[in-house]
Amino acid sequence: MAYSEIVLDHFKNPRNVGEITEADGLGEVGNPVCGDMMSVYIKVENDRIADIKFKTFGCGAAIAVSSMITELAKGKTLEEAMKIKNSDVAKALGGLPPNKLHCSNLGADALHSAIKNYLDRKSGKAVAKPEDKELHLPEKGEACYCPYCEKKVEEESPFCIFCGQEMPHEHDH
Amino acid sequence: MAFIYLDHQSNTPLHPLVKEAMIHHMETIFGNPSSDHQAGQPAAQALDLARSRVAALLNANPQEVVFTSGGTESVNQAIKGVAIGLREKGRHIITSNIEHKSVLNSLRTLRLLDYRVTSLDVDAHGLVDPAAVERAITPETILISVMLANNEIGTIEPIAEIAQIAKKHKIVMHTDAVAAVGNLPVDVQELGVNLLSLAANQFYGPPGVGALYVRKGTPVWPLLDGGTQENKRRAGTENLISIVGLGMAAELAKNAIPERQVRLRALKERLEQGLKAGIPDIHINGHPTRNLPHLLSVSVEYIEGESLMLMLDDEGIVVATRSACASGSLRASHVLIGTGMDFATAQGTLVFTLGEENTAGDIDRVLEVMPGIVQNLRDMSPIYKKSAG
Repeated sequence: MAYSEIVLDHFKNPRNVGEITEADGLGEVGNPVCGDMMSVYIKVENDRIADIKFKTFGCGAAIAVSSMITELAKGKTLEEAMKIKNSDVAKALGGLPPNKLHCSNLGADALHSAIKNYLDRKSGKAVAKPEDKELHLPEKGEACYCPYCEKKVEEESPFCIFCGQEMPHEHDH
Repeated sequence: MAFIYLDHQSNTPLHPLVKEAMIHHMETIFGNPSSDHQAGQPAAQALDLARSRVAALLNANPQEVVFTSGGTESVNQAIKGVAIGLREKGRHIITSNIEHKSVLNSLRTLRLLDYRVTSLDVDAHGLVDPAAVERAITPETILISVMLANNEIGTIEPIAEIAQIAKKHKIVMHTDAVAAVGNLPVDVQELGVNLLSLAANQFYGPPGVGALYVRKGTPVWPLLDGGTQENKRRAGTENLISIVGLGMAAELAKNAIPERQVRLRALKERLEQGLKAGIPDIHINGHPTRNLPHLLSVSVEYIEGESLMLMLDDEGIVVATRSACASGSLRASHVLIGTGMDFATAQGTLVFTLGEENTAGDIDRVLEVMPGIVQNLRDMSPIYKKSAG
């Protein structure tokens, strides 16, 4: 496991938890089926993120990432906030264990989605409702395929027995 | 201990008498049990004693006990050993959807070698239907492997019934009894199985040592080739220090199980009732009556298990989680999904496994802190809708 001290601090004492009742933008990414889900609420004043709150269903890393992204984004201009990358969040947290790196994708994605939602609302564009989003349900008996030679392989194979390539750790995102 | 340990399934603490036996062995004996000289003979005697102790725990003959490096090796040896031993007879194996990964992945390897596997569904309590086992049998079937007790939800499978069906059709029957041995009385004659796997670290012995019960006449080809140790079933100089520990743990378990299972079941009941009373929207997994006395699997709605586990850890309470995020593979538990649970609920699952040193005070401490932690995480969760509004 080995979470850094910063991760543990943000996990145990998460900053900016909650909702903003009259938020200017809302970003929702992930779903509980995949293991984590995050909602980001932003309040925008003069093109700056004046306030930001989150709610997250997820592991220790997902909660720490959510907390950190709100800290990084608070007070930034929208343009600056759009430039925050997933790797910035992981870096600010003092690193994440390799199998938790996907959790850091959640943070920046949710923030960017909230900003996009704000911009769409402002320009009067139709805003996609969360219900429209497709649920990523793994199907029963879904097979695994080698990403290199595309032959059907067994789950959790250490390497592909057809082409010999090492298999990456697959996940459901 | 500085923390309350409720994860005995991951590893039990070493019993002081087991530790003492291992140290005594290390200090007095170093010969190789295969040597017929005066250094080797005390080692051979220590090996024999350990073997007879494990046999006594299972009501087996000592010649039927093969020492291994643990539960995983025992399972691999049983399944792949029979597959090789009976390859001229057939290439079909029957198992269930909720087996341990050592079973699932042994069968994965056999599929690569063109064996066919039928994996049976379980019901909502995790039970395998013996009639479904019988229906799956083909003239090619050589092995049935179903676990004695499930390590994630605690359900005890009808192994004696399934073994009877196997016997009627002259098929070899293996049971992965790793989660059961040491926690329940396990009698290979009553079960009627040909092969049974166990691990010492489930009952206060050391990790990295286990045994495979091999009923006389069962065609198991060795996985590890070499010398004639373990009656030609498992080559290599024996890990005797650990085997001595396993032997002592087996001896202690045989005497302790009757009282221990009653005491731990009472503690588990206290935990279950307390959690149900203190936390809304939780599910107790597994079979309501046919279950392990020391294991409680709880799924908590609206939150994810790893964060719950870490919060409890921070409060000095050590438990296991079965959330996808905590597993290496980032997939939801195949056992919980196998019982028909939805993916989101499966993510919020904790497994408590109680042990000898636990007290009612330990349980009460969990009941004191867990409701607040769950509420905090739920307040943080976007899928939690407060019942009030």
